[in-house]
Amino acid sequence: MNAPQTISQENTGSMKMLQAMVGIGLICALLIVLTYEGTLPRVRYLKEEALQKAIFQVLPGSNESVTFLIDEAGEIIAQPGKNESVNKVYAGYTAEGRLVGVAIEASGKGYADVIKVLYGYDPAAEKVIGFHVLESKETPGLGDKIEKDKSFQENFKKMDVKLGASGLSKEHPIIAVKSGLKQNSWEVDGITGATISSRAVASILEQSTSEWLPLIRKNMDEFKIKQLDE
Amino acid sequence: MSENADRTTMSTNDFIKGLWKENPVFVQVLGMCPVLAVSNTAENALAMGLATTFVLLMSNVLVSSLRRFIPKQVRIATYILIIATFVTMVDYAIQAISVELHKSLGAFISLIVVNCLILSRAEAFASKNTISRSALDALGMGVGFVFGLVCLGGVREILGNGTIFNISIFPDSFQEWIIMILPAGGFFTLAIWLLVFKTSNLRKA
Repeated sequence: MNAPQTISQENTGSMKMLQAMVGIGLICALLIVLTYEGTLPRVRYLKEEALQKAIFQVLPGSNESVTFLIDEAGEIIAQPGKNESVNKVYAGYTAEGRLVGVAIEASGKGYADVIKVLYGYDPAAEKVIGFHVLESKETPGLGDKIEKDKSFQENFKKMDVKLGASGLSKEHPIIAVKSGLKQNSWEVDGITGATISSRAVASILEQSTSEWLPLIRKNMDEFKIKQLDE
Repeated sequence: MSENADRTTMSTNDFIKGLWKENPVFVQVLGMCPVLAVSNTAENALAMGLATTFVLLMSNVLVSSLRRFIPKQVRIATYILIIATFVTMVDYAIQAISVELHKSLGAFISLIVVNCLILSRAEAFASKNTISRSALDALGMGVGFVFGLVCLGGVREILGNGTIFNISIFPDSFQEWIIMILPAGGFFTLAIWLLVFKTSNLRKA
């Protein structure tokens, strides 16, 4: 006698549960979508602004930049305006149109998550002249010193990244050394308490410079000429 | 008159209890993951505390206003859904406010979802009380949480980095206690603060 009643009661119970969950789920989804859409333009704008600022920062003296794309054949072409391609670099020029250097984005595994950095390369002096962390989730107070620590930033003010005679590989690899043991300009003086993050930065730079520097040297004229007819 | 007065004391009590008597960090010992992880500098601790307070307030208000509508069996799942929504919103909002701030907090914002302080206030208070009382409760707990975090963050930053809110307070000769910024330092500092709280509460009783 009682059995059918219990079942029907349970059914209404589940219906109610379902309604509540689906209802609240929909409201939540709506709220998230609205916030996302509402903040997206501003977030995009801020990110672009931050990137632009970072480009000028890693290329001291520059105040104009042109984006260059690299195609599959290894040719570098100027590509003003926005695009989503990964294979791009930014050339920075002074107001008079002199090439200061090339800002290159690089990323790799850090201690917590992917570290995304931007560094400036001066092709004439064959040196890294600036460094900026675009994105990192390194431990606050320790690993995030790669962004703020002044003496760590000092590593990248004039880091020697000369290419060998062949023009295909560097003379010295970029390596991290223990804090205070830096002797050569291609070594990265590590941060106490952030050894893994320091090493990660060194290996990101090592990988990225090995990849990009020969390409940039090959296409050196491109960077200079493009600016002249603009 | 007396009823009015009663209501005032009750609502003040809802707010006050989170600050000291039921302080979420030192008395309830809730939400220890962010307390230990983000308290290595006073600035991070403050920002994390404020973000948590916002989520706590919004989720308490929503849970309290929906308390008659949510069936008991699925309440926890619903609370998590609500909390996760507000955390996601805070995440986007912080990104839109400042890239710098998002950079320094990014990894920990999403962890607010699993802060058991927020879930416990939803379950223990908001699901049984009116919206205004729940809001007061959330504010009190939130302020108490910020207080606890900054207490830890302050001590750890001073000893571990020689600074407070990024302002140097020691001469250059000061040797930082690196251990204080490391996770172990969080446990030490928490233990000492808990000791201080327990002794002071015992003396009063």
